[in-house]
Amino acid sequence: MSRVSLPNTFVLGYGRGRLEIRQFLRQRESVVFTLLFPLMLMAIFGSVFKDTIAPGVTFSQYFVAGMIASGMVNSGFQQLAIVIPMERDFGSLKRLRGTPMPVASYFIGKTILVFVSMVFQVALLLLGGVLFFGLNMPTDPQKWFTFTWLIILGTASSTALGVAFSVVPKSGRGASAVVSPVVIILQFFSGVFFIFTQLPAWMQQFAALFPLKWLCQGMRSVFLPDNFASQEVAHSWEAGKTFLILTTWLIVGLIIAIRTFKWSRD
Amino acid sequence: MSVIEVRNLRKSYAGNFAVDGIDLTIGEGEIFSLLGPNGAGKTTTVEILEGFRTRDSGEVRVLGIDPQVKGDGARTFRDRIGIVLQSTSDAGDLKVSETLEYFSHYYSGAKDPNEVIEAVGLGEKRDQLIRELSGGQRRRLDVALGIIGNPELLFLDEPTTGFDPEARRSFWGLIRSLRDAGTTILLTTHYLDEAEALADRVAVINKGKILEISTPSSLGGRATSQARVTWEKDGEMCEEFTNEPTSVVSRLARQFEGEIPKLVVSRPTLEDIYLEMIGQRIEVEA
Repeated sequence: MSRVSLPNTFVLGYGRGRLEIRQFLRQRESVVFTLLFPLMLMAIFGSVFKDTIAPGVTFSQYFVAGMIASGMVNSGFQQLAIVIPMERDFGSLKRLRGTPMPVASYFIGKTILVFVSMVFQVALLLLGGVLFFGLNMPTDPQKWFTFTWLIILGTASSTALGVAFSVVPKSGRGASAVVSPVVIILQFFSGVFFIFTQLPAWMQQFAALFPLKWLCQGMRSVFLPDNFASQEVAHSWEAGKTFLILTTWLIVGLIIAIRTFKWSRD
Repeated sequence: MSVIEVRNLRKSYAGNFAVDGIDLTIGEGEIFSLLGPNGAGKTTTVEILEGFRTRDSGEVRVLGIDPQVKGDGARTFRDRIGIVLQSTSDAGDLKVSETLEYFSHYYSGAKDPNEVIEAVGLGEKRDQLIRELSGGQRRRLDVALGIIGNPELLFLDEPTTGFDPEARRSFWGLIRSLRDAGTTILLTTHYLDEAEALADRVAVINKGKILEISTPSSLGGRATSQARVTWEKDGEMCEEFTNEPTSVVSRLARQFEGEIPKLVVSRPTLEDIYLEMIGQRIEVEA
């Protein structure tokens, strides 16, 4: 039997991405949880804490910057580290593994899903932030440049780390209980819910090991006035250091993900 | 040419051999059934053949390819086989037609998704979400996904678990039609009647070793085994094992001068033979 050549990895990856998005949109809980929950959090925190924390800067603005950073962690790390163990338990991963679909296509599809849900989430947060919480959209192109690389690098490392972490939950059912606390604790430690410099030193040092703290700080550099930099731990935005730390986590995440990924439970 | 060729296959976990020196040759267009209790080494063997597990030692060729192959070779290998796993239970947020459509893209020479949907009897369910299907319908979808790539070899693992008798019959028809179209099928099942109905040959495997490979009708000397004749006399059941059941029955007919009370003439079923082979024969009182 003569067979024509196998389909292209990227074409299949794109198809997987569309499929993932379609599935995502049909799961009402996941849409609500991923897209609306951050908005609700923003509405609650933004309304309760209205203090001015520096000249021309309110806590709401500070918080919205942190929520945008969290959006990348939610759509990448949290979503994948919960969904992949479920797919593993259901047997859908093993079934895919038994087809000629290239492994890379599966991950391309997941990455597309993460980026699309991230874009919607961040857009909603930006819109809400501007409309209700006095968030100022930057006018300086330099700041949009920073925003762009933060979003790309942040989402990419969050995706890789989500795949890497997907081997940790023992079952799909328990995945949420394992993953969500990790994210929430990181959010507390990284200056999403509180002003970072007011946290205990040990918390700050712990948070500085992980990407979220740097994403929050980066987003503040985009959305808060430049003079706020003096209020940060290092009295500067530390853009170079942020870039290095995010890149390191991206590489570490990729290596762990490739080495440890499991297609079936046993 | 043989489709599956296995020589002296071994696989151990923590020092215990799950598969302990298995030889198998399965020919083109054959329905071959692996029988054995849980933990006998069936699943390990099949997963090695499917390329899901690595082996410790031995020779394995499936369609002339070593299933342990990596990279592009693995894609080529999986392009030519179809796998129906024991149970998949996706969240099911896709429609039947969408799922088959997507899977068809993974293969180089896939069948037409619509034809496959019709072939497995899901024509009326094509626009329904998977989560709305019944257990039996889901199983049919599993089979549809296994055959969408037009495989030369199909692995079927417990395909009819949870089917009602009618659904099983029509499912068997589907499997036979695949075989008639030239597909080689490796079937693992707990149902002995299923193996008897479908398989050209069966292998009984226990404790990692193959006990016998034979046709269902001659396994364990079944074809030449003695017939068992039972009847009732003075309120007691009598039993006789014989190579000439006809003469026993005519002798009894003369004795009773007509109908023989509660007469049964039987030969061991595949299940009797199987249970005896794996050492779990349950004594049945007459």
